[in-house]
Amino acid sequence: MKPFEYLRPSDVSEAVAALAANPEAQVLAGGTNLVDLMKYDVTHPGAVIDINRLPLKEIEQLEDGTFRIGALVSNSIAAYHAGIAGELPLLSSAILAGASPQLRNAATCGGNLLQRTRCYYFYDASTPCNKREPGSGCGAVGGVNRIHAILGASQHCIATHPSDMCVALAALDTVVDVAGPTGDRQIPFLDFHRLPGDHPERDNTLQQGEIVTAIRVSGGHFKRHHSYLKLRDRLSYAFALVSVAAALDIGEDGTILDIRVALGGVAHKPWRDPLAETECAGQPANRDTFQALATRLLAGARGQGDNDFKIEMARRAIVRALEQAAAGTPQIQSHKAIF
Amino acid sequence: MDLLSNRSSASGLPVSLTINGAHHDVSVDPWVTLLDLLRGPLSMTGTKKGCDHGQCGACTVLIDGERINSCLKLAVSLDGAEITTIEGLGTPDNMHPLQKAFVEHDAYQCGYCTPGQICSAAGLLKEGHAHSREEIRELMSGNLCRCGAYTNIADAIEDVMQAENVGAHREAAE
Amino acid sequence: MDTSSRVIGFPVSRIDGPLKVTGTAPYAAEHEAPDGLLHGFVTVATIASGRIAEIDLTEAETFPGVVKIYTHQNRPRTAWWDKAWKDEVALPGHPLRPLENDRILFDGQPVALVIGTSFEAARDAASLIRMTYHEDEPHTDLRFEQDQSYVPKEKRSGISPPPKPRGDADRAFSQSPYQISADYFQEGEHHNPMELFASTVIYGEDGSLTIHDKTQGSQNVQSYIASVFELKPDKVRVLNKFVGGAFGSGLRPKHQVFLSVMAALDLKRSVKLELSRREMFYLTWRPATVQTVSMAADDEGHLTAIMHHAVQATSLYEDYQEVVVNWSGLAYRCDNVKLTYELTELNVSTPGDMRAPGAATGVFALESVIDELSYEVGIDPLDMRIRNFVHIDQNMDKQLTSKALHACYREGAERFGWASRSPAPRSMRDGRDLVGWGMATGVWEASLMQSTAKVKLERNGHVTVSAAASDIGTGTYTILAQVGADSFGIGAEQVTVAIGDSSLPKSPVEGGSWTAASSGSAVQVAATTVRQTLLKHARDLPNSPLKDASVEQTAIRDGRLVLAVNDQAGVAIADIMDAAGVDFIEELGEVGPDQAQMKTFISYTHSAAFVEVKVDEELGVIRVTRVVSAIAAGRILNPKTARSQILGGVVMGIGMALHEEGMFDHRTGRIMNHNLAEYHVPAHADIHDIEVIFVEEHDDKASPLGVKGLGEIGIVGVAAAVANAIYHATGTRFRHLPITIDKLYYAQEAAE
Repeated sequence: MKPFEYLRPSDVSEAVAALAANPEAQVLAGGTNLVDLMKYDVTHPGAVIDINRLPLKEIEQLEDGTFRIGALVSNSIAAYHAGIAGELPLLSSAILAGASPQLRNAATCGGNLLQRTRCYYFYDASTPCNKREPGSGCGAVGGVNRIHAILGASQHCIATHPSDMCVALAALDTVVDVAGPTGDRQIPFLDFHRLPGDHPERDNTLQQGEIVTAIRVSGGHFKRHHSYLKLRDRLSYAFALVSVAAALDIGEDGTILDIRVALGGVAHKPWRDPLAETECAGQPANRDTFQALATRLLAGARGQGDNDFKIEMARRAIVRALEQAAAGTPQIQSHKAIF
Repeated sequence: MDLLSNRSSASGLPVSLTINGAHHDVSVDPWVTLLDLLRGPLSMTGTKKGCDHGQCGACTVLIDGERINSCLKLAVSLDGAEITTIEGLGTPDNMHPLQKAFVEHDAYQCGYCTPGQICSAAGLLKEGHAHSREEIRELMSGNLCRCGAYTNIADAIEDVMQAENVGAHREAAE
Repeated sequence: MDTSSRVIGFPVSRIDGPLKVTGTAPYAAEHEAPDGLLHGFVTVATIASGRIAEIDLTEAETFPGVVKIYTHQNRPRTAWWDKAWKDEVALPGHPLRPLENDRILFDGQPVALVIGTSFEAARDAASLIRMTYHEDEPHTDLRFEQDQSYVPKEKRSGISPPPKPRGDADRAFSQSPYQISADYFQEGEHHNPMELFASTVIYGEDGSLTIHDKTQGSQNVQSYIASVFELKPDKVRVLNKFVGGAFGSGLRPKHQVFLSVMAALDLKRSVKLELSRREMFYLTWRPATVQTVSMAADDEGHLTAIMHHAVQATSLYEDYQEVVVNWSGLAYRCDNVKLTYELTELNVSTPGDMRAPGAATGVFALESVIDELSYEVGIDPLDMRIRNFVHIDQNMDKQLTSKALHACYREGAERFGWASRSPAPRSMRDGRDLVGWGMATGVWEASLMQSTAKVKLERNGHVTVSAAASDIGTGTYTILAQVGADSFGIGAEQVTVAIGDSSLPKSPVEGGSWTAASSGSAVQVAATTVRQTLLKHARDLPNSPLKDASVEQTAIRDGRLVLAVNDQAGVAIADIMDAAGVDFIEELGEVGPDQAQMKTFISYTHSAAFVEVKVDEELGVIRVTRVVSAIAAGRILNPKTARSQILGGVVMGIGMALHEEGMFDHRTGRIMNHNLAEYHVPAHADIHDIEVIFVEEHDDKASPLGVKGLGEIGIVGVAAAVANAIYHATGTRFRHLPITIDKLYYAQEAAE
């Protein structure tokens, strides 16, 4: 860790001003990722802006049913919130699939969006990594890459986004509220994270000085048919190799009114294909439809060697998660049998 | 806004913490974690460092009643917080029910992950989300035990849950 | 002697338990020094092979709070000869000398030590050290390098090389109707005890050192430090009162103790050095191993030939060796056996003993092959093993002191419900899951080591037991208290146990499952001697009611030495000591292996592990839902702590089977998953019900106490039982550990 200035703003505008004024500054919320990375010497902010005193800790349900979750609401509070658990059970389930209870108590919902990849090479500051040190190369290409991306990767970076919560947010209707030096704006969730391309050092589309203040989520019509299915190297407390957030709205005739599938662990951002989903509308909610959608979603998938298995794993996980969703039997995170 | 330090500060920042009911006014550099503050300057070594990165749970303490990995909390960010560590739960002569249950069930071997397991279990009981053995296992998974005392730890926690009449019961045979 | 007190054989709770559960048991890094402590932080090499080209300390040295930075360029002088660096359990070769020169032999080798006034100062300055290297091509891939293997020139002390071949295994194999020949590979594993390796070195005013070290042998570290730094042994005292797990990683002194002592002597200050979790991956490891096993049987399933060849990784500087293949010559009756064992040098740190070293590895292959063969022959896997039961050690041509393995098979199978197993693979289901039941035999040597202990009886009846033994979570405190208490008719909690201190009576390192048998027996011998001395004093009393009693005829009850058959005839201990003019009686007990007996007898512990797995074949998810482990290990001193030892072995065996592997980037020779987020050990959710059974086994030869030891046997065979269960569930043999989720996909792909 390198020494840093420690600032503790008391309102959002102070925080934004402090962040905008210092390109070396980073925001501290729950600390579960930033402090970790600072100790590994992966990141060394010149200033740490502790936003924990900002009034961003409320969960409110707006008139249209949307939940507005303050950026500083902890993962645990969001997951166990009665309204969210009732109306957006997919989101609750995805949050509870991630990390550990202690980490979920500390980690914030805003921070969850901003967590960095778990790529071994990103985390080991003595290896080349374009995300950590632009231009240094990518150690994972041709290296140990069983946890890496199969979709949307570039020659410069094959890292994945590690969040579970974000996979559910991508499947639901989500907007990110942001405050910045030029005012507030809202970023549609699918535009929030980005693919690595030529700039893997940029995980998302936030501008210099911008702070996430809240997440707006809706998707109550999926509360009967949803599932978050996570596959990993041990049965808990491990990052996803592949995860699937599946949500369905099924008409009385058994055909699909609305379908959502987002994938975790496979790309630099939660992976979705809205067009492919749209084309499922009107089709029966059955295995054939789900398999066809899986094929569409994985059309451009490419393995890196160690992670070739993820393509087939993702295909099967998509189908299974959708079957769970269609049957109204979502995966329960403490149940390790997968129905 | 509080500009609480600049990088050359060697004198540290004032932080006020209530630890196990006792008030502590300390001066810490902003890059000191709660774990290192406890184990170092405060000589409270009951909280353990197993990985220093939130990957093992040995450093779990209760901050304002919630179980948290103390290795990932900068002490300066906790100004005003109430912290309970393993030393605050009980003493050898006056053990907390969880501590007694851990001894009774041999829910440890080397004992190094144990303070974190017990603090985590205390948080688990307070949260009230575990109602079956399966849920205990899932919601204790943030605490690794390399000696492999897991089944005994689950037994100990289940005992205390039952004693507290939280309604836990063994899951049906799988 | 009367041993009716309800102590030995009862589930006594750990006497150190209240300290452990309240955070008041101090581990190596949790000690203060009168002069305050300086803090160390180690910088490690980031190449696996080459030389240090340049070291730039400019920024680091001027960092606030830095006291001194050590590299090979300024390291203080130490002993010259290799001999001085060889600890009690050193290996053939040249022990690592930290910061000796610019050569880098493995990833993570220590290259600098920063000493600062605080942990943070040392840590943060270390990140400012700029080290550049001349890098050579690294060699870390055992599968690629195994053609460079060799038979170790110098044998490791205490490790039996493979026995000479018996019969004609090649011919018998080729002539048998049923044959299996298969290759097995297992990735390296890392011990990762929860406590980080650490030392607190307290520098005394007279230059003496008191060292709290994470080690499995305080006396081993004490003599190593005295020797390497050329100090008078009485100036060095090493303590390891509480050890946060080790599993073999703490048998040899680790570099944190060398470096912290080096700095303390140089700076004449007390120093604490706690390693990082990352460094725990560079200290030592269970070596990557390639094995080839060929096994054949006749029509009745009797084994006709066994050939077992293993190649293990070792470092460039030491020849680590363990017993991998010998088990295949002694576990079952077979007259045609050929066993071979070789090493390959790689750019890695020297491997070390990790829970059941060699056996965990070799028995995985052996028990996989015999399982596979049972399906070929068409008999039940358990029956196959029973048919090939052997009552002697054919490798050594020796009698066994005991072998209650039949009882393990019988009681384990019964508890597990093995009889209702459907024999065909893929024939059992639970909903979507395929269900598999597998089993394996386990075997580990039972050793008695040269050990001493003191027992002291005070006039108030208080008993103190002392030995330089260690409790690494094994329960040493408690069982020594039980043995001591048993001799004096008191409860275990009334005995003070002093261990974990190099100044106490000579004990071996805590390993090999020998502590209970060795230190326990030494305590028993010392206690008996105390009783004899007490009785001698009692006999000297005028009109002594014990005048004609032998020590076997006496007992101690309520602070009185009495006739066992008549409590009324006796004398208070205090009165005996007063009359003799002493305040206490203290005696030394010593035990060691019986060389005469060893000519004809050898001793092993045995086990049978039964495992149920449920496999979601489509998704590749494996769950170990049930384990029954039946153990034959002689006398069980404390069923509560004994059970925990076995549980721990089973859990580590599940980790070995399904999770654990150090992942090398062979292009750079570097371990990439050097943390607990990516090196997966089992978590709570992975571990379901585990039942432990201790079968009756009387053994009057394994050790004076009848104890055989339990630290290793719990893991032996578990990985094979899991793999065998996965075969039964899926019909696919997995011969490459760990059996991670990706391997199920690749196996299905290969089958298509």
